Amino acid sequence: MITFMNNSDSEEEPCNERTSLMSAESPPVPSYQDGLQASEAGEVPAHRKRRTGSSYSPNNIADGEMSDSGVPVRESALENEEEELTLKYGAKHVIMLFVPVTLCMIVVVATIKSVSFYTEKNGQLIYTPFSEDTPSVGQRLLNSVLNTIIMISVIVVMTVFLVLLYKYRCYKFIHGWLILSSLMLLFLFTYIYLGEVLKTYNVAMDYPTLFLIIWNFGAVGMICIHWKGPLQLQQAYLIMISALMALVFIKYLPEWSAWVILGAISIYDLMAVLCPKGPLRMLVETAQERNEPIFPALIYSSAMMWTVGMAKPDTAARGLRQQTRDAAEDGGENHRSPSHIDSQMSETRSPVPTRPITSLEELEEEERGVKLGLGDFIFYSVLVGKAAATASGDWNTTLACFVAILIGLCLTLLLLAVFKKALPALPISITFGLVFYFSTDNLVRPFMDTLASHQLYI
Amino acid sequence: PALGLFLFTIARDPLRIIILIAGAFFWLVSLLLSSLIWFIAVKASDPRDEQLQKGLLIFGVMFSVLLQEAFRFLYYKLLRKAIEGLVALSEDGCSPISIQQMAYVAGVGFGLMSGAFSMINLLADALGPGTVGIHGDSQLYFLTSAFMTMVLIFLHTFWGILFFHGCEHRCWWEITAVVVMHLAVSGSTFCNPLYVGSLVPSYLLMAAAATWAYLLSGGSAQNLRRFLLCKS
Repeated sequence: MITFMNNSDSEEEPCNERTSLMSAESPPVPSYQDGLQASEAGEVPAHRKRRTGSSYSPNNIADGEMSDSGVPVRESALENEEEELTLKYGAKHVIMLFVPVTLCMIVVVATIKSVSFYTEKNGQLIYTPFSEDTPSVGQRLLNSVLNTIIMISVIVVMTVFLVLLYKYRCYKFIHGWLILSSLMLLFLFTYIYLGEVLKTYNVAMDYPTLFLIIWNFGAVGMICIHWKGPLQLQQAYLIMISALMALVFIKYLPEWSAWVILGAISIYDLMAVLCPKGPLRMLVETAQERNEPIFPALIYSSAMMWTVGMAKPDTAARGLRQQTRDAAEDGGENHRSPSHIDSQMSETRSPVPTRPITSLEELEEEERGVKLGLGDFIFYSVLVGKAAATASGDWNTTLACFVAILIGLCLTLLLLAVFKKALPALPISITFGLVFYFSTDNLVRPFMDTLASHQLYI
Repeated sequence: PALGLFLFTIARDPLRIIILIAGAFFWLVSLLLSSLIWFIAVKASDPRDEQLQKGLLIFGVMFSVLLQEAFRFLYYKLLRKAIEGLVALSEDGCSPISIQQMAYVAGVGFGLMSGAFSMINLLADALGPGTVGIHGDSQLYFLTSAFMTMVLIFLHTFWGILFFHGCEHRCWWEITAVVVMHLAVSGSTFCNPLYVGSLVPSYLLMAAAATWAYLLSGGSAQNLRRFLLCKS
């Protein structure tokens, strides 16, 4: 999963800037569900802001130097002016990502805690055929490792398949696939989820009402995700979809397999994005070359994209122009995973903070946000949800994992600003999350319990 | 109350939120390390010896306090570097956030995390059925826990301000005062369930720390009066 930020291409060199800065969103890695291919979180290439956008973060001493790297000469004049705004935007972008990730996690944790359906073991996915009910520890470990290998290989195959499709421009196929998977996600899983929630709270609902609700929800969701819709609604749908996916994973993945899979997926993510031959990287680069936006339904974008036409001298201080991208244009982006919902970056938003306009070159609004692949959302939520479901230390562990993931996200965005290219968003956060989960569960919990029983405070 | 503080003062500015989360993270790490030490000590010792266990617990608490303060210091160092970075990046030569604000936010971060860890399991259990103090423990368990947690969160906030101020101006005695206060507060909780012994001194210390921090931040009796009388 990659995070990336859209750089404001406002700066001068339209062509170079635009193409080089365009962030390719990497399609999410396919995720699987029983029988359906859900693509997994797409990595979103990190587009960093041209400026050391995220220089807000603490260790940004390098930022000063960084801002010069790879920036066109003309920019230097603008740069200084925009430093401060960029800085503010940098922090803002992190928060823009914090909020949805937090929301998704809250939804997942709340559901796990209240609806018992998702913690019952009712079977496993066909992608994890080995059961973990074995008597011995070694056997269990072996089974979970085998499960992981199978799952990861399925993911890799799907990713490569998607990249090939993208490369050979089989847009229709990809599009259809994505639509199918998001359809299933929106309708089927919502139905199951709603059913379980109603069961838990003992609320009766008749079928016609249910049908109406789900139909509306699903239809609006399809429109929002694949076509146009208000940004907030899109984001909300993306979050809900990610949460649903995460819940499915939590339910159907056996214990140890889930942890090993999380670890393996972050390693895979690292490799897929950074290795030159990695599928995701190729996807990003191909999308960049073709100047196409990434798949709509696989990426979460935190802001709308404003793009300005080439020579618009009259772009005033506002300098924002909305560009509508249609789905057709986005054809290249395929959803690899139904769970990824790409926020249509074609949303336009009205209020835009004024940027200091340096000259009459077209200025692009810098309101591009950071983009995060939906798979990232899903796996973060899986981590926190599993922590909530299985940890005996309950809320402490969940809280610890939550903070760890947020800090990992911060660091990733920081690196994004440093390196200015697509970056995997999973490894750092998941590593922190795993470390904190295991350590909190085993070390901190007895300590805190003993303290609490004596009512001591540290 | 701490949540109110958060909402009103921190939630607006994204930079502060980041500093807050980072502060919470640092506290968490310090907790992790201290519980690691305690865990090792417990495993290495005899589990049946009550006195020894109690002693180890006390040792664990003290050690944890020291570690927390050490991490606060580390966090201060980190924030110093961050300020330099921010200043270098900002165009008019001054950082968008001052060290005092950072101190405040860091303190709140520490406090929130420690409060959350202390209270949240309690709260979760409080939702369920049960009777407080059924085994002869105090019946005021929940109430006192709530008050203690609140006082601790506030204390962390004030300690953050004092600590950073001490580091800025190199007043070592301020720093030692903070550490000593922290130790004292934790130590006073050993008197639980004799709540008089722990709650009252804690509140007194909090009042003292509050006035001290307020004075350090540039407030004065006049400001206070003007504020209360709505700038008359």
